[in-house]
Amino acid sequence: MPDSMLQVTDIHVYYGAIHAIKGISLEVYPDEIVTLIGANGAGKSTTLNTIAGLLRPKSGDVLFEGRSIAGLGASRIVPSGLSLCPEGRRIFQQMTVRENLEMGGYTRNPAEIGASIDEMFQRFPRLREREKQIAGTLSGGEQQMLAMARALMSRPRLLMLDEPSMGLAPILVEQIFDIIKELHESGVTILLVEQNAQMALSVADRAYVLETGHISMSGPAQDLLHNDAVQKAYLGS
Amino acid sequence: MVFLSNLVNGISLGSIYAIIALGYTMVYGIAKMLNFAHGDIIMVGAYIAYCAAQYWGFPPILSLVVAMAVCTILGITIEKLAYKPLRQATSLAVLITAIGMSYLLQNLALLIWGANPKVFPAMIGVDTLTLFSGQLAIRGATIVTIVANIIIMIVLTLFTSRTKLGKAMRCVSEDRGAAELMGINVNTTISLTFAIGSCLAAVAGLLLCSSYPMLMPTTGSMPGIKAFTAAVFGGIGSIPGAMIGGILLGVIEILGKAYISTELGDAIVFAVLIIVLLVRPTGLLGKPMREKV
Repeated sequence: MPDSMLQVTDIHVYYGAIHAIKGISLEVYPDEIVTLIGANGAGKSTTLNTIAGLLRPKSGDVLFEGRSIAGLGASRIVPSGLSLCPEGRRIFQQMTVRENLEMGGYTRNPAEIGASIDEMFQRFPRLREREKQIAGTLSGGEQQMLAMARALMSRPRLLMLDEPSMGLAPILVEQIFDIIKELHESGVTILLVEQNAQMALSVADRAYVLETGHISMSGPAQDLLHNDAVQKAYLGS
Repeated sequence: MVFLSNLVNGISLGSIYAIIALGYTMVYGIAKMLNFAHGDIIMVGAYIAYCAAQYWGFPPILSLVVAMAVCTILGITIEKLAYKPLRQATSLAVLITAIGMSYLLQNLALLIWGANPKVFPAMIGVDTLTLFSGQLAIRGATIVTIVANIIIMIVLTLFTSRTKLGKAMRCVSEDRGAAELMGINVNTTISLTFAIGSCLAAVAGLLLCSSYPMLMPTTGSMPGIKAFTAAVFGGIGSIPGAMIGGILLGVIEILGKAYISTELGDAIVFAVLIIVLLVRPTGLLGKPMREKV
């Protein structure tokens, strides 16, 4: 086994008095797609937000490429090569598509931004058509593409995606998952949180199942896809 | 002609409100708090400019620069010491702190400069402009105020729409968490916003005291409240809203005093605010509120 890219060790996260994450440990190795699945409120988003630095763990550690990033704060974590595409997209609604992409490259050398935006336009041609449009006027699928492109602008080695298929029509969900596979082939390691467990398990190498703040199961995605308990709880069959 | 003269004076007073309102509206947009000490920064700025001109013999421009520098540092310091520790606290706690800070500044000024009003020296050396063969006279201070307001608006608009830092401010204003995920340092952005607002407050202080040359520790409070009203009137959080709200408020105030009742001038201003808020609760240019689920 190579060294892990991301190593989360026994983190505990609280919202005020609420103990949301009760000792989660997980690992992501280079070139993997790892997925976290689980019901609403299991702590999937909280886990990603903690890794990204929006939340601080009360205890435990987060190592990215061997360096501890727990409690650093999101603005200092992004430049190290880890990016989160947050739940609900959270694009800057009042800015243009191009400005959103520029902000995604905020920590990079301004001279390189133009070329990166062109790369994004090649990957997401719809965004090029909408370049000068105010982001809030985009359709749901376009907004998700923009959110992903914006997260990629910082050139992450590890991209975390939080519910990228949320609220999208089935055809768009397939499109988003195709993009995830393409990104993975181009060398980006992916940590994916999804409620659409079926889709997530079918693209992932490994998976963790979250239940009320702790990990109840983990293993190769194919095994979990055919696991009875997982099928009953999350795949509805 | 009298009407035109009143209108120009109204626009001038409104320009001062607009410059102050910018400080309220930008801080509200970025830090999501009402900085009620903002009006008192104006007063501090005016006192510093007064001291620089009167005691140290500085020329007007240098006095203004000194006042701007002191207010900028004061604004950043107040944010760091009083507001930053309350970043996670309820908005009510922050509001009470801001009101406390307002009284602290007023009382410190009382301690340093005393309660007797100072007569603010004439700093603006622009001549009175006479139009229509002497029927309309516009004072130099009035002209400078209006021009200063226009310049500030243009510079701020360019700053927020063109520069990297300005865009970062818009991001923080729209979604603080998402801005952090871009790598934007939210604390620095908030400090910068306080710096800009306080620096503008110094300009407003000098302009205000040039038109109404009476300076005392409470000088900033009434214009502060009116400018806050102007910011709400225009739609709090919106920069053009502060501009429009400020100027409308100034014009309404002056015209109300001239044609309806001198005593009721302020009452008319606030009555108009209430009517606007009844019809458009988010102000003239405010975004419609959206409940986040």
